[in-house]
Amino acid sequence: MPNQHSETPLLETRGLTKVFGSLRACDGIDLAIAPGEVHALLGENGAGKSTLVKMLFGVLDPSGGEILWKGNPVGIGSPAEARRTGIGMVFQHFSLFEALTVAENIALALDGNVPIDRISEEARRLSVEYGLPLDPSAHVADLSVGERQRIEIVRALLQNPELIILDEPTSVLTPQEADKLFETLAKLKAEGRSVLYISHRLEEVQRICDRATVLRHGKVTGACNPREETPSSLARMMVGSEVASVSYAGAQEPGDVLVEVRSLSAPARTPFAVALRDIDLTVRAGEVIAIAGVAGNGQSELFDVLSGEVTVSDAESVRFAGMDAGRKGITERRLMGCSFVPEERHGHAAVPNMNLSGNLVLSRYASDRKTFLTGGWLSLINQGPVSAATRRISAQMDVRKSLEDPPAGSLSGGNLQKFIVGRELDRQPRVLVVNQPTWGVDAGAASRIRQALVDLAKSGSAVIVISQDLDEVFEIASRISVINEGRLSMPEPAASMTRERIGLLMGGFHDGSGHAQAEAVDAH
Amino acid sequence: MDIAQNILLTIMTAATPLLIAAIGELVVERSGVLNLGVEGMMVIGAVCGFAATALSGSPWIGILAAVGAGAVFSLLFGVLTLSLAANQVATGLSLTLLGLGLSGMIGEAFVGSAGIKLASIQIPGLTEIPLVGRLVFGQDPIFYFSLILTGGVAWFLFRTRAGLTLRAIGDNHASAHALGINVLKIRYLAVMFGGACAGLAGAHLSLVYTPQWVENMTAGRGWIALALVVFASWRPWRVLGGAYLFGAVSIGQLHAQALGFGIPSQFLSALPYVATIVVLVIISRDRRLTLMNTPASLGQPFVPDR
Repeated sequence: MPNQHSETPLLETRGLTKVFGSLRACDGIDLAIAPGEVHALLGENGAGKSTLVKMLFGVLDPSGGEILWKGNPVGIGSPAEARRTGIGMVFQHFSLFEALTVAENIALALDGNVPIDRISEEARRLSVEYGLPLDPSAHVADLSVGERQRIEIVRALLQNPELIILDEPTSVLTPQEADKLFETLAKLKAEGRSVLYISHRLEEVQRICDRATVLRHGKVTGACNPREETPSSLARMMVGSEVASVSYAGAQEPGDVLVEVRSLSAPARTPFAVALRDIDLTVRAGEVIAIAGVAGNGQSELFDVLSGEVTVSDAESVRFAGMDAGRKGITERRLMGCSFVPEERHGHAAVPNMNLSGNLVLSRYASDRKTFLTGGWLSLINQGPVSAATRRISAQMDVRKSLEDPPAGSLSGGNLQKFIVGRELDRQPRVLVVNQPTWGVDAGAASRIRQALVDLAKSGSAVIVISQDLDEVFEIASRISVINEGRLSMPEPAASMTRERIGLLMGGFHDGSGHAQAEAVDAH
Repeated sequence: MDIAQNILLTIMTAATPLLIAAIGELVVERSGVLNLGVEGMMVIGAVCGFAATALSGSPWIGILAAVGAGAVFSLLFGVLTLSLAANQVATGLSLTLLGLGLSGMIGEAFVGSAGIKLASIQIPGLTEIPLVGRLVFGQDPIFYFSLILTGGVAWFLFRTRAGLTLRAIGDNHASAHALGINVLKIRYLAVMFGGACAGLAGAHLSLVYTPQWVENMTAGRGWIALALVVFASWRPWRVLGGAYLFGAVSIGQLHAQALGFGIPSQFLSALPYVATIVVLVIISRDRRLTLMNTPASLGQPFVPDR
């Protein structure tokens, strides 16, 4: 540490600035990354982190300031130049091509004419070595968010960079996968490479990062050694105020059964999808059930079957508040008092090019017909109540936006997610099913969303949260279940659940024998 | 049996311009650009090919002129939709209208003048083989080129790095840009390739199929080529199948009309369109495969942010 200042930084920025119109997204950023250092970049959504790394990777041209590589000023005009310089990047919003295979996606980011077969081989080898299993011949369209992120990581590693920039790499990984990634990072560090690590997870930053630079509103608000700070002091630097911790009343008396899933099976719809096998789940009023699991184990398939995006032939295998729903579509299930928040914000939970009020009408026109529509069979949109509801939801969830009613796609990830969750909560659903409620969302927004989910359950609704974030699972769940290869474990009370047990269930140790095996493993 | 060979020859001749124009448009659309100006580029190719041949006396110079004219004409579309990010549908439609009008003006002096036909290949000993000689060894050079073109484009798209880049841009231009691929440059090249192919297809009409210049002589073939690309799920060999099927049914219905089976001629005239669409819809019923081959960014303008 003492000689860090005498050493020439691998990468340094001086007064780096990017202006979009009147917005100063980055305003005079000074940053220095030493060789072999894991450097954290902290900040809320919209703090300017993504803009900063896009300039470092040559995707955006800086409006002012300079970038120095090993002490020499460089102009990074394109990602290809960045790669030649020795900078690799894992994007937050994946730069993947859905219609192409994993190997083809990787090949596109590599220079030169390496044959696809060799890339497949290399990718398979690297992905196993770094604990990020991938099938090079799978099409990206069939992969889950978590698997897509693995492609990004392996793709960056294949380029053998001196500096690797990771934008929120662990948000969809299991603890075990994240540990593997940290081993990878430690290995990269030992090889003398540097890492610029962007994360909202403060514990993680403290665990693996040597230094941290904190951004707020496009400016550097602090530089520190994260190990000498506490999570709350880091959060304060980031947010400028304390982050409220979620309060969960815990064991309260569960009420009526609101969700009943009985022997639910569904075949895989594509060669790469997961079949659901014999799923049983009962959720009572006042409960938050969390479904943990590694990405790609049937989470999206389970969500689709619960939401009615995919119907099943056995009407009685899914029941809401005592009504058969297996064959019912999404709108009919919404009319039963259920609400759903899918994983993908853009294009699934919201139409990016439509404004917020339009997105509100799209999801609630049937359930709130009397409020939002007028003119009888003409079904005209009643703009007054729609605008009022949009304002109410935005205020309730603290959605920050520049216009009164902006297009959904112009909001940052966290703000859009707050709006989407708020849109469903606003109608006080009896049953809420959420998939990955806080993926890629900053700490402040995430705690607000979690609190809202807990409050909904307290008010007497049943909440199902599908999440790969174990911190989140433990923070809000009353009972926890684990999905593995399309099978769901028996939900267990959160109080008696441990991370080790979840890890075992994720690995496929099920029910009855599970305890015995868990003990057997613990005994080692 | 010579009749059968003759019928097959006319089918192949009818299918060749559709195939060439459709393969060109397939490459354009695979890069994510929708150019509805195929008909216009084709007719420009036809008139320029005919005029250059008439002035120089060589159909080969005519072909070069047609290919060049098609490419230059498509460049107009490229500048408007790529550099200026104009709406691709509207620009493509105006390109067709402009091409039809412009070709009438260029071709005015050539209406009714005798054309020079591009000679078919003659290989002594082989071309005379009964039944198949003229089919395999006795056709015009553009026909052979159209097959090489189809195979070449299929190989390029699915076996080369450049083809992979082109498909990637068509799938997601924002991601391609983030990876450092020059989206606009590659789209320009694709658009010009499509223009050159449409020009060549036009030259085939005015130098081989009916060696003369008649206004609007493309007669909607550009639109058929466009439809073939979509119904063939953007796959080169399916385009070839579709083009030959269309050629076969349109020649077949002409013979049927001549024989007079008592089927209304309007129905027979519509048959090639119906048959091609039905067959291609049936073979592309695998939705997953179709989705995988549909360029997701088709028709969306791309403005790089810097």
